[in-house]
Amino acid sequence: MHDPPATSWRLLRTGLVSPRKTGHFHAKQAKGGSAIVDLWEGLRHAFWLVVTFDAELADIALRSLRVTLTALFIACLIALPLAALLAVRRFRWRRATIAMLNALMGLPPVVVGLIVYIFLSRSGPFGALGLLFTPTAMIIAQVIIIVPLIASIAHQSLRELWAEYHDLLISLNVTQMQKMCTLLWDARRALLTAALAGFGRGIGEVGAIMIVGGNIDNATRVLTTAIALETGKGEFALALALGFVLIALALGVNLLIHWIGQTERDSRW
Amino acid sequence: MVSDLFPLTLKGAETSRRGKRLVGPIDLSLDGQGLCVVIGPNGSGKTTLLRLMHGTARLTGGEVSWACDTATARHHQAFVFQQPVVLRRTVEENLTYPLQLRGVARKQARAAAREWAAKVGLEPHLTRRAMVLSGGEQQKLAIARALITDPALVFLDEPTASLDGRAMREIEAILLQAKADGTRLILSTHDMGQARRIADQIVFMLGGKVHETGPAPAFFEAPQTPEARAFLQGDIVE
Amino acid sequence: MKQTLLLAFLAAITAGIAQAADQMRMAVTTSFHNSGLADVLLPEIAKDLDLEVQLLVVGTGQALRLGEAGDVDAILVHSRSAEEAFVADGFGTHRREIMYNDFIIVGPSDDPAGTATAETAAEALQSIAASNAAFVSRGDDSGTHKKELSLWADADLAADTFGEWYRAVGAGMGAALNTASGLNAYILSDRASWLNFGNKGDLAMLFSGDPVLFNQYAYLPVNPELHPHVKTDLVSKLETWLTSDRAQALIDGYTIDGETLFVFNAEPVSN
Repeated sequence: MHDPPATSWRLLRTGLVSPRKTGHFHAKQAKGGSAIVDLWEGLRHAFWLVVTFDAELADIALRSLRVTLTALFIACLIALPLAALLAVRRFRWRRATIAMLNALMGLPPVVVGLIVYIFLSRSGPFGALGLLFTPTAMIIAQVIIIVPLIASIAHQSLRELWAEYHDLLISLNVTQMQKMCTLLWDARRALLTAALAGFGRGIGEVGAIMIVGGNIDNATRVLTTAIALETGKGEFALALALGFVLIALALGVNLLIHWIGQTERDSRW
Repeated sequence: MVSDLFPLTLKGAETSRRGKRLVGPIDLSLDGQGLCVVIGPNGSGKTTLLRLMHGTARLTGGEVSWACDTATARHHQAFVFQQPVVLRRTVEENLTYPLQLRGVARKQARAAAREWAAKVGLEPHLTRRAMVLSGGEQQKLAIARALITDPALVFLDEPTASLDGRAMREIEAILLQAKADGTRLILSTHDMGQARRIADQIVFMLGGKVHETGPAPAFFEAPQTPEARAFLQGDIVE
Repeated sequence: MKQTLLLAFLAAITAGIAQAADQMRMAVTTSFHNSGLADVLLPEIAKDLDLEVQLLVVGTGQALRLGEAGDVDAILVHSRSAEEAFVADGFGTHRREIMYNDFIIVGPSDDPAGTATAETAAEALQSIAASNAAFVSRGDDSGTHKKELSLWADADLAADTFGEWYRAVGAGMGAALNTASGLNAYILSDRASWLNFGNKGDLAMLFSGDPVLFNQYAYLPVNPELHPHVKTDLVSKLETWLTSDRAQALIDGYTIDGETLFVFNAEPVSN
């Protein structure tokens, strides 16, 4: 059972995985040798966690979805009109705003987390709200992280569409609001892609929500922070299992949304 | 309604960009009878003149005035571009769009869309995406979309420049029908055949200025300036 | 059907979770949490007191900061001098010792530095430094890190003068153990984290038992005069429970692989 690893996986060289119970995830015991075995164990764990509908896993996965989808919804409400405004309106700080959005796309989540943390801390300016270490704080951090991403991608496609529509809409003498609505509606498929990119960044994000959420069991623990926790305990197989669940979840949401977009297109066109 | 808009008067109208004058100064008065065709070689400023009149090119000098106030005049105009601009929607949604902007009820707008699709021969394509139509079909759609709000005046900037003969003939028929229905049309073209076929009035542009105007038959039979004469003979004029 | 599915989906993700009547937040150290004892104690606390204790698992340094800022109601850490300063500066009302565990020295099973035969912790560390064998330090200002630095000082060595063999990773206990496992290096760990660690690799426990390695955990309520929102009644309820016979039985009875990890040493009555 405890054979030395046949393959030396330099970065993940883990040696022996000792058999032991794995926290309160009612997973099978992991026995084996190399990192490859860990991967295999991870898949097996993931499979059993899902088929046995592990209550805690379901809880964590749903919290991940709830936090990120709420953040995504709010972020879209901010980012999409902003992108449309940037596309149709020439105002003084337009270029600077666009450059800023592009730069903020690469905003390190950890820094966002730290700043939100300082603002929400009891000794910070919004401390009285008592939001630190709650899902609301995680949503706030994620909104800040994904708004620039969605706005930036959305702006790209809206700008192209605006170039196409510009003459017509100017000739029709439409209001600023009508311009924005027309662009947002006609570019909706591209905007869906922007939203999915935001969702991907949100659901897989760990740095910020770890700091502002605190990874509290049953309160603010989500898939990514649980993965970080299990990795910290050296429970690679369980961490991997959670990772596979996370990937499956992200893929599932993507497919679902594409499916909705698809049905819509079929019925219209 | 036509009498509400016309006469259209341009006094020393010009437009320039970065200090360079693109068009003008132009002095012109149009009574809006029938179909007015703006002709002239490429680069003579036909498109800019149309845009100046419509109010979508920046007037940097002089004035453009209508019989009524500019906003009202603008409300009763439409513009058709050389490259048809279609919305990324179905043919029907393209047609209802200007009506929606004017707050027309959905049901009424759809009825109007159906009627106009039939008039321009696009009824079988009503539920198709406008983007997949041929160039000629897209331009017919753009013209129908311009006419659907029942405008007093429609500008058409070289509407058939990139189309084949059949599409050109169909579009000319649509335009002549619109004229017969009382819509005034100002159309630019560099196709002399087209100008001879449909024009009631001619505006001849050269080098950013209006060089000669007059009723079409008189212009074609006896142009007043040597440049117009040369242009009609097919010589290169600048 | 599409709408139905969508609604079902949204309903599923927005469904609330049942929660205990009372909630309080406590910052604990990574090493305490990694020991697994929390998983034993918290359900019992929930049962006995109808109190949900939300744990923030951080290093001692951050735990103290959370207490200073009033972001938690109490902290449970193991760094005596820092704890005493915390109370002296008025951030905490008092310091209550609960239990202790001990630190151990873990290293490559072939023990190139020969720590296993050392008499004292200081001697073991001196042999590591002398052999220039790789050593992983938490380097995160945690209780364990502070302990490690004081042990080096006891051994008349200054950690900031060490060469490349001394790797400060700036990470929690588990992450540091992962690094040590990857580098096959020596490391100072608390016994609980080590026993619960799943990725031991070629590492083995080499030295333990020196009293200097004992690791006292203390409970510090955050000062409600500084932070009026702190749930003082719940905090004292928890303190009473943590120092009760019931807690003693659970703490002393907690074992991993047959080894006892913690020794309960709270005085039964406070003050």
